[in-house]
Amino acid sequence: MAYNVYFEDVELGQEIPVFTRETDFMNWNRYAAVNEEFVYIHMDDEAGKAAGQGAAFGMGNLRWAYILNALRAWIGDEAEVRELSMQFRAVNHKHDTLRTTAIVTDKKQENGENFVVLDVNILNQKDEKTAPGRAVVVLPSRG
Amino acid sequence: MPETETLVTPDMEERKGVWGDERVSYPVSESDIRKWAIAVYWGETPPRLYWDEEYAKGTRWGGIIAPQDFNPFAWAVPMGAVKPSGAVPGQQTRKGGNVMNGGQADTYGVPMRPGDVITARTRLASWEERTGRNGLTLFTYTETEWRNQNGELVKTRISTGIRY
Repeated sequence: MAYNVYFEDVELGQEIPVFTRETDFMNWNRYAAVNEEFVYIHMDDEAGKAAGQGAAFGMGNLRWAYILNALRAWIGDEAEVRELSMQFRAVNHKHDTLRTTAIVTDKKQENGENFVVLDVNILNQKDEKTAPGRAVVVLPSRG
Repeated sequence: MPETETLVTPDMEERKGVWGDERVSYPVSESDIRKWAIAVYWGETPPRLYWDEEYAKGTRWGGIIAPQDFNPFAWAVPMGAVKPSGAVPGQQTRKGGNVMNGGQADTYGVPMRPGDVITARTRLASWEERTGRNGLTLFTYTETEWRNQNGELVKTRISTGIRY
């Protein structure tokens, strides 16, 4: 479906559907391959340990992709993600089960466009918030 | 060993606020986009918008577009420095040699499509130093701008780099 959600139907406090992944080298190596991101800390446990993180860990930008995936699934193929910001505060360890969260915090209409603002984050299996951020999507109106 | 007082280098002072040379991507291909989508959706089939031209033609985009995090600058030649970034197995990491991605803030314009040639320019906007759990830590803020072959803005990004 091209549009999944309309501006009028969105409510403050609403949570969008979750995107979840158990992550390890299967995800990280594929991401390294397309992004040419062959960095020892993402490939080698010894390097991850030397960096003070215990072992090899996942790319922040893959978590970024997971938030975009969650937003895309919610808004549909034809609406737009206009802004996204995130801070990678905790690392993504091997075998973590990550899940996105995105909660609507604001709605506004400006210059003929319908904006919805969301607080986003990536939680691990311990419910630790690893990457807080904010997204703005532009939705169609039923009007 | 004396404690490092700053991780700010003279080179950083020189580059502050100055746009670097432009980089131009190879033309984006449908196959690049499909592989990217498979990687970031690994575990399920990615949305048709990213790989099925017939489906994508029927959307407002009129054809396949790239996921918004797609990087058209991967796999360029000639190759840049082969020096690895960050910690290396079996080697003592010098202070400031640990490199992490601290996050970023993007604003998106038009989507990237097959055939697009993207031009990027980057500048070091600012930095700050703090003492944290890893000792003296440098946060750098780098601004990047991407435009397509028509001069349309694809995205702007402020990236946070962390060195400790």
